This record gives sequence, structure tokens and C-alpha cells, in this order.
Amino acid sequence: MTASVAERRSMPLQALLVGFLILWILVAAFPFFWTFWGSFKVEGDFFSKVDWANALYGPMTQQETGGAITGQGYSGAWIKNEFWRAGLNTLIVVVSVVTISLTFGTLGGYALARSGYRYVFWILMIALVFRAMPHVTLVSGYLLPFYQWNLWGHLPTAIIVLVAINQPFTLWMLTSFFQNIPKDLDESAMVDGCSRFQAFRLVIIPVMWPGVITTGLFSFLLAYNDFAVTAMLLDQQNQTMVPKIASFLGTTQTKGNVMFAVSAVVSATAPLFVLVMFFQRQIVSGLTAGAVKG
Amino acid sequence: MKHKTFLWFILPSALAMLLFIALPIVSVALQSVFAPHEQVIREVENCDVFGCKKSTTVDVEATAALSTASPLGRFVGTDIYTDRNHLALSEIATIWASSSGVRDLTDQILNLPFYGAVAFTLTYTALVTPFAILLGFCIALAVNAIPRLFRGPAIFFSLLPMIVTPLVGALILFWMVDARGILGSTLQSLAGDPDLSVKASTPLMWTMLIVYGIWSSCPFAFVVYYAGLQTVPQDTLESAMIDGATRWQRLRFVVIPHLLPLTTFLLLIKIMDNFRVFEPIVSFNGGAHAQSLSYFIYADLSATNKLLSSASATSVLTILGVIVLLSPVIVRTWRSFGRVAS
Repeated sequence: MTASVAERRSMPLQALLVGFLILWILVAAFPFFWTFWGSFKVEGDFFSKVDWANALYGPMTQQETGGAITGQGYSGAWIKNEFWRAGLNTLIVVVSVVTISLTFGTLGGYALARSGYRYVFWILMIALVFRAMPHVTLVSGYLLPFYQWNLWGHLPTAIIVLVAINQPFTLWMLTSFFQNIPKDLDESAMVDGCSRFQAFRLVIIPVMWPGVITTGLFSFLLAYNDFAVTAMLLDQQNQTMVPKIASFLGTTQTKGNVMFAVSAVVSATAPLFVLVMFFQRQIVSGLTAGAVKG
Repeated sequence: MKHKTFLWFILPSALAMLLFIALPIVSVALQSVFAPHEQVIREVENCDVFGCKKSTTVDVEATAALSTASPLGRFVGTDIYTDRNHLALSEIATIWASSSGVRDLTDQILNLPFYGAVAFTLTYTALVTPFAILLGFCIALAVNAIPRLFRGPAIFFSLLPMIVTPLVGALILFWMVDARGILGSTLQSLAGDPDLSVKASTPLMWTMLIVYGIWSSCPFAFVVYYAGLQTVPQDTLESAMIDGATRWQRLRFVVIPHLLPLTTFLLLIKIMDNFRVFEPIVSFNGGAHAQSLSYFIYADLSATNKLLSSASATSVLTILGVIVLLSPVIVRTWRSFGRVAS
């Protein structure tokens, strides 16, 4: 498409916009590259008392390890402090949460999109209030019953809690997605003799994947990024990555430990980088899905 | 759809929300009116050759028996709500009577932990929301102005601050503004003060948290506005041009009105998200200088003796706050839903 006349800009304005954009991209991306680079240095360089530029060249790293870069932070975090276990736990939690909440969410979202009754409004409004609830307020409600019934500390507990916390958002997103699938599609299947569930299974499921993938990405992010629930409901053994990183911080008094945290942070960010790289289009369309409806 | 079919479809989702969101709210409300049992103290008399001494010990058995009998604790009504750590009614009364002026009054009230947390949460929400939306709008305009080829990478990098785990993103910034980090030492040399430290100063901590908030939430506004800009009616723009509208006038009278509904949506989402600000305070280790309502609850819960009642009372007050914040939206949606239905 050629730029329309209305899109043509004067030189100074264009320069201003481009300059601003470059500045913003620096602000947005530089911290990540800086920390990535720094994670291969020793603490004396990344947190240099002498000169911040030491983090670039790494004189202390040279002195302490004999090389310009070192994997000490990573080996310390992943092997010595068993960050691999946290990674594994995160994997289990995230995969289960995404699968379960999408299953629940597609069924519920489909029902909400196809029912014209007034209680649909109330369910959606209650879901909105639930969505706004700070997660940590719910955690204070879980602790006492979970202690009483011995549910505290196990991965399945955290998974089902995260699924529930995820539901309001998933329902909203999938409801608006199913509303965009023409009613005629499943109704004609029902005229042909399908039950409601058969119509859902045979007609709707084959066409719902774009919306489900987008919603799944956000469920993934919620489960992966959660701190309040996983930090308060899981015991040491079952910790996921984010609370594990927070627990590194408590022990930063010992020299070098903070670099474990830095390497762990970089390791935890890497999957998100890959995710955005592959699913940028879906993330953008998902973020705007709710907005376009106003 | 028939009621019965609807019920079966919605059941798993509704059950999950009922069990793990609605019931916990009830549990929170219950816990907030019960305090933990006091330990049962017993007086024991120890007699030896030097005579008899009286000492007190905790009767572990009796205490345990009491807490199995009623695990919630003893009923205290609204005592927890009115104590010093929450609404602090008696403290407020004392301050009201003794304070020398409005400034002194507000200072003293904000020193009370709960009011301090409310003040930070509201300040954070009130500052981060508009600035993030404004910055996002500017980024969207800028990205829209560059050739299509560069838009993909620009969007990719712009998304990063939002996608990254809040705790992790805040840590990354925190390490940079550390006194020994790149931004921290730059700030020190700019201010000419080698002892300047974000960790040690309340105003700097608030500023950093708010900067983090804007950094991490403007990408969302950017993406929404960017998508909105793609749908601005070109015909209207061109006819405005033919009528002699300047660039600014076209932005003001065509583009901005077109994006207005998106702004309402953004305000809603961002107010909800900013109101529960929590992780950055953990990352910045800033509990001493800035507490949000969420952090206040978290601090109670992670204390060694788990102040469940206190955390619950704060939770109830926070939930009430959320409902008050959302009520205009609910009323508005109710009206528009009514129009569609009738």
C-alpha cells in the first residue's frame, strides 16, 4: 500500500518521531541486554564500586576466573542451588494451568456467547470484579483452610488455584471470540440433528483454534509470571522459578550469590523472549481483542 | 441456549471460580473477625531445697486443644479493623485532637501503616495510569510513522517490558539503579552526591516504583492504540485535509475522537492492574519506604507468625476498594447491556 497523502509528514516532524521511537526502544530493550551481558561477569564487575564500565570489560572477571566471561552465575544457580528443579516445576505448573483453564474456558465462554439471558451479564460482571481482585487478597483466604486440610505446599493446589484465578480473564476473552463466530454455524448443525455439545465438538472446535491459541498465550503468561500465589502456597521443594528468584535475594549477603539471581533472572526471561518472537502477532491481536469491542 | 445446557457448559469454570475465588473471599471475611487464640498460661510451683518458686509456662496441650476446638480463633468482631494497623480509629481521634495544622495532621495520618499503604497505592494508580496511557499513545504515533519494514522489530522490543515477569523486570531495573549499577552511578555523578541511594530515600523509592510502573505498563497502551490507529477512517482524514485542517487539527478532531473508546477500556484495565501493584516493591526491597495494599497483606502473610487475621482485614478493605473503583464501570455496562437486550 502506498502512503496516502494524509500520512505524509514534514521532515522535522518525521525526525522527531523517529528520534523519540529510538529513545523508547533503548529504554525498553537496553535493560535486558545489559543484564544478559552482565550475567556472564562476576559480582565485582556487574556491581562495580569503581566504575560502571567494568561490567562491559570485566577486569575482575579476568582476575578471578581467567576469562573475559564466566558461567559461574549459571552453574551456581542451576546446579548448586537446584534452579533446574524450579524450572521443572514451572514447566509442570504452566502446562497444566494452560490446558485446564483453556478446557474450562472454551466450554464456559461458548455458553456465555450463545446464551441471551440476563444472568450472562451478571456472570461476566462478577468475573470482572474477580479479575480486578489483587491475587494476594485471595491468598490470605486460602492459607488457613489449606493448612487444615493438608493441601498447602503441593503443585496441584497451586495449579488449580491459578486455573481459578485465570478463569475470569479467559472467560471474557473467549466469550468475545465466540461471539464473532457466526451463530448460524452451530445452529444449522443443530437443525441437522446434533445436540448442543455435538455441535460444539464437531463444528465449533475445528474453527476455534486462533482464539484459543491467543487466550492460551495469556494464560501462559499469567501462570508463568505469577508470584503471589506460587510464593505463598508452595513449599521449598515445589517452588517455581519466580519465587525461587525472590528467595535468592534473601541470601544476597554472601558474596557472589547475587549473580545467581542475575543468571536466574536471565534464564527466566529467555523463554518469554522466544515466546514474543514467535507469537508477536497473536499477542498483539489478543491485547486488542477486548479493546476493539469498546 | 437452554438453561440446563448452559449450566453444564459453564459448570467447570463456575465451580473453579466459586471454590477458589468466591469461597476464599468468604474465608477472608470470616478470618478478619477472628483473632488467634491467646496462649494458655499456667502457673507452676517448683519446690526444691531452697524453697518454692512460682513460674509461668505455656500450656501447650491446652493451647492446641483450644485451636482444634475452634480453628478460626476467638471472635473479636471489628476489633482488628479498628486497631492501629488498619483503620486506627482511636489513633486518628488522638491525632485529630492534638495536631497543629492540616499538614501535620496528614503527615501523622500517613505515618499509620494502613493509611500509608492506601496513599501509596492511590498515588501510584493516579500517576502511572495517565502517564502510561499518554506515553503509549506517543509510541503508537511514532511506530505508525515509520516504514512498515521496521514496525515488526519496533513492536517486538516495545512489548518486552510488559511481557516480562513483573518481579523479574523490576529486578532488572533495580540492579541498574543500585548504587553500584550503571544508572545508579550515573545518577550519583549527575547529582554530585556519592552517597545517593535509591534504597535509602523514600521520595526516590516512590519515583523509581512509578517509573517502573510506567515503563512496564505503557506497552499495553501502545499496542491498543497502534491497533486503533490502523482503523482510523482514511476518507475522513482526507476530507479533513481538503477542508484545510492542519496536521494537529486532524489529530485533535479525527484521530483522538476515534481512539476515545479505547481510552476508556485502557483506563479500566490499567486502574485494575495498577491498584494491585505488588511485585516491584518486593523486587526493590522497598517495604520500608513504600507499601501498597497488596504488599501490606503479603508482609503480614510472610511474617514468621503469619498474621492471618490482620492480612484478612486488609484484604477485605482492599476488596471493598476494588468494588468502589469498578462501580462506575459496572453501572455503565449495565445500562448499555439493558439497551442491547431491550
